[in-house]
Amino acid sequence: MVHFVIVGILVIISTYFVFNGLVNADLLPEQASLQAEAIDELFNVEWFFIAFFFSLIVVFLLYSIVVFRRKPGEEGDGDHIEGNTKLEIVWTVIPLGIVIYLAILGAQTLGKIEARDPNALEINVVASRWTWSFEYPEYGVTSAELALPVDRQVLLRMRSTDVIHSFWVPEFRVKQDVLPGGEAFVRELRLTPSEIGEYKLRCAELCGLQHTGMIANVVVTDAFGFNAWVMEQTGCEDSEEVCAGFQWAGEYGCTSCHTIDGTASIGPTWRGLFGSNVPLEGGASVVADENFIRESILDPDAKIHEGYLPGIMSAQNFADRLSAEQIEELIAFIKSLE
Amino acid sequence: MNLLSSGLVRGLLAQTLGTSVGMAFVMAVRVALGLPAWNREPVVVGGALVGAIAFVFGVGAVSDWMKLARGEQISDDHTPDPDKPAWIRYFNVDYDHKVIGIQYGVTSMILLLVAGLFAMIFRTELAKSGMQFLPPEVYNTLMSLHGIVMIGSILLGVGAMSNYLVPLMIGANDMAFPRLNSLAFWVNVPGIILLLSSLFLGGFDTGWTGYPPNSVYAALGVQMFFLGVYFIGLSSILGSINLIVTIVRMRAPGMTYMRMPIFVWAALATALIGFTATQLIGLSFQMVILERIFDMSFFDGTDGGNPILFQHLFWFYSHPAVYVFVLPGLGIISELLPVFARKPLFGYKWVAFSSMGIALVGFFVWAHHMFTSGMATYLRVPFMYSTMLVAVPTGVKFFSWVGTIWRGKISFPTPMLFTLGAVVVFLIGGLTGPPNGLVATNLHLHDTYWVVGHFHNTMFGGFIFPFFAAIYFWFPKMSGRKYSETLGKLHFWLMFPAFLIMSLVQMRVGLLGMRRRISDYDPALGFDDSHMVITIAGFVIGVSVLIMVWNLIRSARRGEQATGNLWNSRSPEWQIPSPVPLHNYEQPIAVVGKPYDYGLPGSVYVDMNPSASSDK
Ligand SMILES: [Cu+2]
Ligand SMILES: [Cu+2]
Repeated sequence: MVHFVIVGILVIISTYFVFNGLVNADLLPEQASLQAEAIDELFNVEWFFIAFFFSLIVVFLLYSIVVFRRKPGEEGDGDHIEGNTKLEIVWTVIPLGIVIYLAILGAQTLGKIEARDPNALEINVVASRWTWSFEYPEYGVTSAELALPVDRQVLLRMRSTDVIHSFWVPEFRVKQDVLPGGEAFVRELRLTPSEIGEYKLRCAELCGLQHTGMIANVVVTDAFGFNAWVMEQTGCEDSEEVCAGFQWAGEYGCTSCHTIDGTASIGPTWRGLFGSNVPLEGGASVVADENFIRESILDPDAKIHEGYLPGIMSAQNFADRLSAEQIEELIAFIKSLE
Repeated sequence: MNLLSSGLVRGLLAQTLGTSVGMAFVMAVRVALGLPAWNREPVVVGGALVGAIAFVFGVGAVSDWMKLARGEQISDDHTPDPDKPAWIRYFNVDYDHKVIGIQYGVTSMILLLVAGLFAMIFRTELAKSGMQFLPPEVYNTLMSLHGIVMIGSILLGVGAMSNYLVPLMIGANDMAFPRLNSLAFWVNVPGIILLLSSLFLGGFDTGWTGYPPNSVYAALGVQMFFLGVYFIGLSSILGSINLIVTIVRMRAPGMTYMRMPIFVWAALATALIGFTATQLIGLSFQMVILERIFDMSFFDGTDGGNPILFQHLFWFYSHPAVYVFVLPGLGIISELLPVFARKPLFGYKWVAFSSMGIALVGFFVWAHHMFTSGMATYLRVPFMYSTMLVAVPTGVKFFSWVGTIWRGKISFPTPMLFTLGAVVVFLIGGLTGPPNGLVATNLHLHDTYWVVGHFHNTMFGGFIFPFFAAIYFWFPKMSGRKYSETLGKLHFWLMFPAFLIMSLVQMRVGLLGMRRRISDYDPALGFDDSHMVITIAGFVIGVSVLIMVWNLIRSARRGEQATGNLWNSRSPEWQIPSPVPLHNYEQPIAVVGKPYDYGLPGSVYVDMNPSASSDK
């Protein structure tokens, strides 16, 4: 009995130290997505059971090795103990319960990391030996670098043009193979970046000679930075005017109220605004042409877009702060966002 | 002495000749079909196939059956020619299960050294970031070959243990089908030659898993890899049938299933898997061979195929295969702990059934290798549950091992050190399994060094350590001589800590983002020091294994004579002289008690001379 008490205490102490060791050993890369947070929680549960069962077996083993070793001159055999059915049942049923519990947790975590956001930003990922390419159908942009806005779910629709590749950014945790074979083999992966920063996407499925080097840059920025990136990919190439307008939109803080990716914010989004029919407070509507936009900048409260508040933009007094040229450039920029 | 008197030499000549004939045949068929005679791939593959079959004929593994087919008499007396030196038996077809067991064992050790050498080479490349001396295509080939040659080595090691030990342990004088037994060994040799020939045919950069479409695009070497595995797999199937029949039919009187030495249970569970699952890896590889040669688009999605189908077929074998690798080793642990703790195996029945349980559950978990593969997402949760269930029978084994040494009188010669090392290493391998099994964490871990570390723990704990324990334990039985205990312990105390360090660091860098199967890594990841540690530890393991090889070779020639029941074991093979006489047991033995009644005064397991005792 004394043996069991000592071993029991040692197992508890050892579990404590092993578990804390594992948790504090910085075993995982930075957490940069919502999915990573859920997955890391599960890792911590796993570390606990690993620490416990490791301690349980190893402490019993070491204790036996030390205490029950054959002393010099000792003869004969050990105790004739053939087994114990009750114990066998205990150490079958308890682990069974634990693994089922872990599987339930695993399924719940899976549910969390696959939660769907209908507003997710869709990106088509194309993998080819040994490069990555990213298409943003919403913006008509194709890039070799994966730019993502922070805190917004992205839906990656992935396909390969040759062999199987695999999408993995360790900081995001989640991984998905990218398959060749056409439309039927497009696979989806959802993730929600939660930390601004630069990461690397590395192909995780052996895909031939240059598999090692199949790497792409991943840039997570705030919404404005993302918009800036989109503009850089499109507008500035076309016209200096648009580019300048884009710059003013950032500098004067326009985009902190008017998004350029189609989502509603404090003010109406600029994406698709130009040429559209704008419903006004009071029931009338107006076509968003150059005159309407110019008027909305110079005298924001003249016509109020349905569902938005007056007074917020007029308080900024843009009529005095912007030159006529700047306003024309802004209009050109908004025009480019149809 | 005539060189041709060695079956091995005849086999190799036949393989060379057969390869040329096969190539000529394929070219003739091509000409007949109106195609240009020369097309490297089909011609070489045809030649390789015929060559391997020719080896089997050349070595003489099917000679008796050929005689029977021609209506000639064959002899059942296989007493070796006393005029020839004893060692020549090992280079010829021989029907003695002990000879075949040692043939398996030595071949396994050679492959272990070859595959280990491959690992040393690419570990040197990986010691620091940046390209050192290995171009990526050579790196990829060596990495792939390390995997598959090790697997070959393990399968042969398993064959060595079951062939040598099972008949002895059940009191039989040989296996049920000695000719089949010999054939099962010899088909490995052309298989190995094909496997290694891939090095000279462009290599293959697919890893040992050979996933298409990557393997469809790979160099010609990949075909040699597929064909090699095909023959080694054939050996598994044939050996398994033989083992099952032997265990079911040839146990000594009185040896009920519940009185078999526990290793025999493990060998039976292993054989059941080998017999029923191996076909699937053969099939999956065969489909890629056909896709490459005849453009059959089994795995091409643009042409009605499905790249994921391969993975299902492949893992349906390759998951159970890991139990083929580890169950015999776990059986060795259960076999040796009672001997050195001088106590009965705790919960014999439970340990025996846990092997069967693992074997059975092992058939329902294969898709846990495919959580990220893009298979139907609804398959993931059921496979997560079935995978987690494997932990239960595995846990029973650990608890029983602890129960076995608890309150024992434990001594620590080399085999016991390796057995205890196996328990610890396999424990780490087992505990690092569930994070892979849970889909959510698997998404991070899949295809990283974490998996590499986990897998090496299961292989070292489940096979390498127990295999070495078995070699040290039964070496005196095989050779009649003792090995050097000092060198044995040195081997253990080098290998055990080095292995722990190596695998723990592997798992750590894997968690932090190190992918597996890459020839170089980004210095920005900060893994340089860790990789240096892994490489150094790997070299220490390599050196320690060389110490064992040296120890065994030297001891076999001038070790101290081993007489009597060296380990004071109850198992029947230790009641007869070492080395074991030609026909094992002079007279049939009878089992009259339980195998592990250590500590029970007056208990007997086997009656070595039942006719004498019944006369009384
Ligand atoms: Cu790739
Ligand atoms: Cu598996």
